[in-house]
Amino acid sequence: MKTNDLIDLLAQDSASTWCLRSVLALAISCGIIVAAVLFFAGIGFRPNISEALTSSRFLFKCVVATTLAITATRAVFGLGRPDASLDGRSLALALAPALLASAVTVELLVVPASQWMPRLIGHDASKCLILVPLLSIGPLSCLLAALRRGAPSSPGLAGAVAGLSAGGIAAAFYTWNCADDSPLFVITWYSLAILIVTSVGYLAGRKLLRW
Amino acid sequence: MTTSSQEKDWAAWMRAAMAGDASAYRRFLASVAPHVRAVVRSRYQSAVAPEYEVEDIVQDVLLTIHLKRGTWDSSRPIGPWVAAIARNRLIDILRRRGRHISVPIDDVMDSLGREDKTAEVSARDIDALLEQLKAKQRDIVRSISLQGSTIRETADRLHMSDGAVRVALHRALKALAYLCRTKEP
Repeated sequence: MKTNDLIDLLAQDSASTWCLRSVLALAISCGIIVAAVLFFAGIGFRPNISEALTSSRFLFKCVVATTLAITATRAVFGLGRPDASLDGRSLALALAPALLASAVTVELLVVPASQWMPRLIGHDASKCLILVPLLSIGPLSCLLAALRRGAPSSPGLAGAVAGLSAGGIAAAFYTWNCADDSPLFVITWYSLAILIVTSVGYLAGRKLLRW
Repeated sequence: MTTSSQEKDWAAWMRAAMAGDASAYRRFLASVAPHVRAVVRSRYQSAVAPEYEVEDIVQDVLLTIHLKRGTWDSSRPIGPWVAAIARNRLIDILRRRGRHISVPIDDVMDSLGREDKTAEVSARDIDALLEQLKAKQRDIVRSISLQGSTIRETADRLHMSDGAVRVALHRALKALAYLCRTKEP
């Protein structure tokens, strides 16, 4: 086939013009809805939620998780493109870890050393390790499906950041149920749970997002 | 030719194409093709390879540009986007032929500024891969590309609706791209 004939052929296929940004926006919305349904139907707020709302530790935990969800989701939008490069959106990913690290520092200063381990272990770490990955299944699947229509310059990285975004969304919901508010708990168990989701995203990205 | 004026044309045509202007899209592809050819030739040692192999890769890149055109962010320059797609396909193709070479994006951008209008060589890959498509998809592809028919004429001849031809054409192109990526080198 001559290249001009191919061009004629391609020019006739004007049927499907979508733009990656809208596909990703749709995927994020669907993912959040799936996670929300799962959360409100199966998990719910913790019993003393109104009391928790007055706790700065609880509120800070919510802020960190939401910050991660927002910054990672924004980064996904950049990484789905072939000409993606490290830009402001990727650098903003450092925001949530920085917030959490400063909260941990403050916690270590204001809480006596004997309380460090009990706070780090918390009440129910296994619940965190199960529910955060569970809640992230919907957002991660939606994001990966959308990214398949993209052309990520680095499939593994795009998948990993999609996992980070899904983990962030899942954590942002789960914080409202989780009874442990200490930054020591958050940095240990939330990070581990989100790391699991990010690794799954990385592996899935390498497999599914090549183009 | 300056890259910036060239890129402005490309971007304008592509924006029109996204809004459904097929002739602007054809102009875009026809204008991009010689530049992609220059990139491929600068990176692909054609001393040992027949000309049609260069054209195979050019067509692979054009097909990919087509199927991934939704990833162009119209607020960003289009040249680096075209270069990134060409580079990605080149790396993949060379890797599958057992060659590990680095393809610096700056070199690709440089080559993209040149044009190579030499080719009226037919590529071979797509013709071979067409054989693996479903019969109806193959008929549609041949009708439009080789016989130069429109969607409407093709639909009439195959007793299909316009919409069905469009859907089948799109699926055929996706299938061809998939076959390009999985064929034996």
